[in-house]
Amino acid sequence: MSEQSKTYNFMGFRKLATWFSAILLIISIGSMAVQGIKLGLDFTGGSLVEVGYEQDADLGKIRTQLQAAGFNDAVVQTFGAPTDILIRLGADHDPQLGDKVLAALQVDEAQSIELRRNEFVGAQVGEELREQGGLGLLLALFMIMVYVAFRFQFKFSVGAVAALAHDVIIVVGFFSLFQIEFDLTVLAAVLAVIGYSLNDTIVVADRIRENFRKMRKGSAIEIMDTSLSQTLSRTLMTSFTTLLVLAALALFGGEMIHGFAIALLVGVTIGTYSSIYVSANALIMMGICKEDLIPPPKEDEEGVDELP
Amino acid sequence: MLNRYPLWKNLLIIFVLLIGALYAAPNLYPEDHAVQISGTRDIYQVDQPLLDSVTAALDREGIAYKSTELDNNNGLIRVSDGEAQLKAKKVISSVLGDNYVVALNLAPTTPDWLTSVGAGPMKLGLDLRGGVHFLMEVDMIQAVSQRLDVYVSEIKTKFRQEKLRYRSVDHRDDGSLAVKFADSESRDKAAVLLRKDYVEFLIDSIDDDSGNYLTITLTEQTIRSIEDYAIKQNLTTLRNRVNELGVAEPLVQRQGRNRIVVQLPGVQDAVAAKRIIGKTANLEFRLEAKTDANRALTETYEFRSEPGRSATIEKDIIITGASVANAQASFDENGQPQVNITLDSKGGQLMSRTTSNAVKRRMAVLFVEHKSRTLFETVDGVQVEKRVPYVEKKIISLATIQSVLGSQFRITGLDGAGESSELALLLRAGALAAPIYFVEERTVGPSLGAENIELGVTSVQIGFALVLMFMAVVYRVFGLLANIALCVNLVLLVAVMSLLSATLTLPGIAGIVLTVGMAVDANVLIFARIKEELKNGLPPQSAINSGFERAFTTILDANITTLLAAVILFAMGTGPVKGFAITLSVGILTSMFTAILVTRALVNLTYGGRQLKTLSI
Repeated sequence: MSEQSKTYNFMGFRKLATWFSAILLIISIGSMAVQGIKLGLDFTGGSLVEVGYEQDADLGKIRTQLQAAGFNDAVVQTFGAPTDILIRLGADHDPQLGDKVLAALQVDEAQSIELRRNEFVGAQVGEELREQGGLGLLLALFMIMVYVAFRFQFKFSVGAVAALAHDVIIVVGFFSLFQIEFDLTVLAAVLAVIGYSLNDTIVVADRIRENFRKMRKGSAIEIMDTSLSQTLSRTLMTSFTTLLVLAALALFGGEMIHGFAIALLVGVTIGTYSSIYVSANALIMMGICKEDLIPPPKEDEEGVDELP
Repeated sequence: MLNRYPLWKNLLIIFVLLIGALYAAPNLYPEDHAVQISGTRDIYQVDQPLLDSVTAALDREGIAYKSTELDNNNGLIRVSDGEAQLKAKKVISSVLGDNYVVALNLAPTTPDWLTSVGAGPMKLGLDLRGGVHFLMEVDMIQAVSQRLDVYVSEIKTKFRQEKLRYRSVDHRDDGSLAVKFADSESRDKAAVLLRKDYVEFLIDSIDDDSGNYLTITLTEQTIRSIEDYAIKQNLTTLRNRVNELGVAEPLVQRQGRNRIVVQLPGVQDAVAAKRIIGKTANLEFRLEAKTDANRALTETYEFRSEPGRSATIEKDIIITGASVANAQASFDENGQPQVNITLDSKGGQLMSRTTSNAVKRRMAVLFVEHKSRTLFETVDGVQVEKRVPYVEKKIISLATIQSVLGSQFRITGLDGAGESSELALLLRAGALAAPIYFVEERTVGPSLGAENIELGVTSVQIGFALVLMFMAVVYRVFGLLANIALCVNLVLLVAVMSLLSATLTLPGIAGIVLTVGMAVDANVLIFARIKEELKNGLPPQSAINSGFERAFTTILDANITTLLAAVILFAMGTGPVKGFAITLSVGILTSMFTAILVTRALVNLTYGGRQLKTLSI
């Protein structure tokens, strides 16, 4: 751990950070506009069958078998292990689909194949989920803005929400850029990123507020630098432990939550950066000053000891 | 005295820890494989003699069982493993036949002293134990349209009774009724009449080139109640069907305005499940055969409630249950139980045509069920389970026709309020109120479920170990104290989840992992503050005190905002997302408690009231 008495010149790199964020955002939004997001079954509707082979499966052979059985639009891929095969099909509901696929694959196949998962989601349900997901994100951002404005100050809430929007766009952009499937668990992860990034942003904002009230001298920029330097070790510690755990999830948690872990890994990394640069930067841009943070008159010291 | 908790505070923390440990404990007891027996209907009781006959059969087959239990009409037989469970199920089904449901179950082995305080293990979601999840949508447009057809015939009947001259009553595609009159006078009279009798109508008078109209639309409230009714009825039907499947803990629940969720944990044969849930049960109304009737035109059926008693009825069907728009149990003017039946217009016409020549004869209501029998055949020396579908028809009521019946009539001569409500339910549940179709379906094989558990648990363990090591290295003694608090946090999290009897899903496990990572945050905040205060030249004891105090508001603010996000996630999410949100919310609360109070208590016990030169932080 670094000695903390020194103050780093964070805000000196403000311009650079602004450019960095802008480039990331442009890439993300551009990728979403051009390639779009590879939405998973939960959002698009359709059918999915997962089967397990005893030995490594031959994808080419499986494709031919499915073609022969009349499944023309089947997308075949391995899922985690070369023995686990994921097959996606168009969106018509057939309760026997899993068994039909299994029967088609079992033709001239010596080893036994096991049906591991069989899912169908109606297009209607997917559409609703898309709407709900977007609505939920917006609602979360709005509620948070209200709370932060109430607890801190309006400029802080703009800064916090700017940082959150920044993180969400970049995480979703990452999924779009690398064409990783965006499913329900990834949506949950994105909302968790909001929670995490917010937690980080608030800790920093809390320190900024405190220093604005405490430090008699110093420009806004100096106060920012001091606050960020003071919270740096804590920010890095927390991010590091969280990333450790997420790495464990990504490596050992299996294929089902892989997307979830990836989204959070990207999100926590970006969230850590944004809590340092994006929200502080936004505050500087909005011209935060001591007058914004004059303590409310009924400020009484709430000690821990008064709490049960 | 600085950094000493008063005795009551330490006791309070110990008390919370004990309670936490108590309610987390049931999760340590592995579940038993068991076979559950229940009667398909109330008349088939599960009692001790029945259980004895079952265990005798198990003994004959040489299948070992651990114990038997009897609990309000449910029998439970515990066995040692999955293989014995399947064998036992076969034997028991063949002994008991079709009147009992034999289901595979995982029975908790929570000791009595724990269950007596209401402790129980967390339930596992479908993705962890395997099973089937269906989401079905009820066709509400159809449901409302059926109801409108009934109104059309009611209105016509009413106008005829009142000698009102009307030209036509039409059911339009947009869900409204158009009533046409020859002149405005009869139209206005009709409007008054309808407003008096039908509060559920919104009535507009219209004059245009083509004549004098009333346009009738249903109020929003009425449409809602029609929808509620359709959903309720379909729920009843689906529950009846699911019960027949023999699933240990099925869930049949309304979701949103027009959807029904069905979850069948542990079901291995998803195809059979789908067939039974999507099947149709129905009702038939037929006349009792005259004594001199041609034998070729009659059939004899048993009564559903009195096996052994039968009646001979005509082969001709007057109407089926599809024509029943509504059925309610009530009492007539003499306090006798009755069932009021409303038919749709077509059904009403058929009913009045048939009954006009059959007054004083008796009419039977037949309950037609499409069932399937499980047979065990020996193919190549291996016993295979095979489901054979068949149709079962039984009489649920036989009553004398007192007068010509229309679209509304009542069935009396019932044995009691119990029977009338059951008949009403059967009439309603016999057919689905409105067509239903599958909009989502997920089947998870049991092997995948087991694999998910394994992976989830492994990743939790690894992540947890990494965090513990890292904390100990960075914060030394304080790190160790934080680690103890982190373990407490995990215990409390499991305890709260068990208390809420929340369902643990794979995303839920992911939520726990994430919580473990984030729970460190509060401790890190506190320790960073303490370090800072030491650098500012405060003596160790004051540094500890002020570090905790100053970190407190930060922790509170940061966690409340995260909690907001989690709550929103819970409100809008379904299934897996909800599971994740619950875990996250509970995790935030428990980690706040442990970081602020438990860590503080530990630090106080370690350092409090001593002369300190340095801190190991």
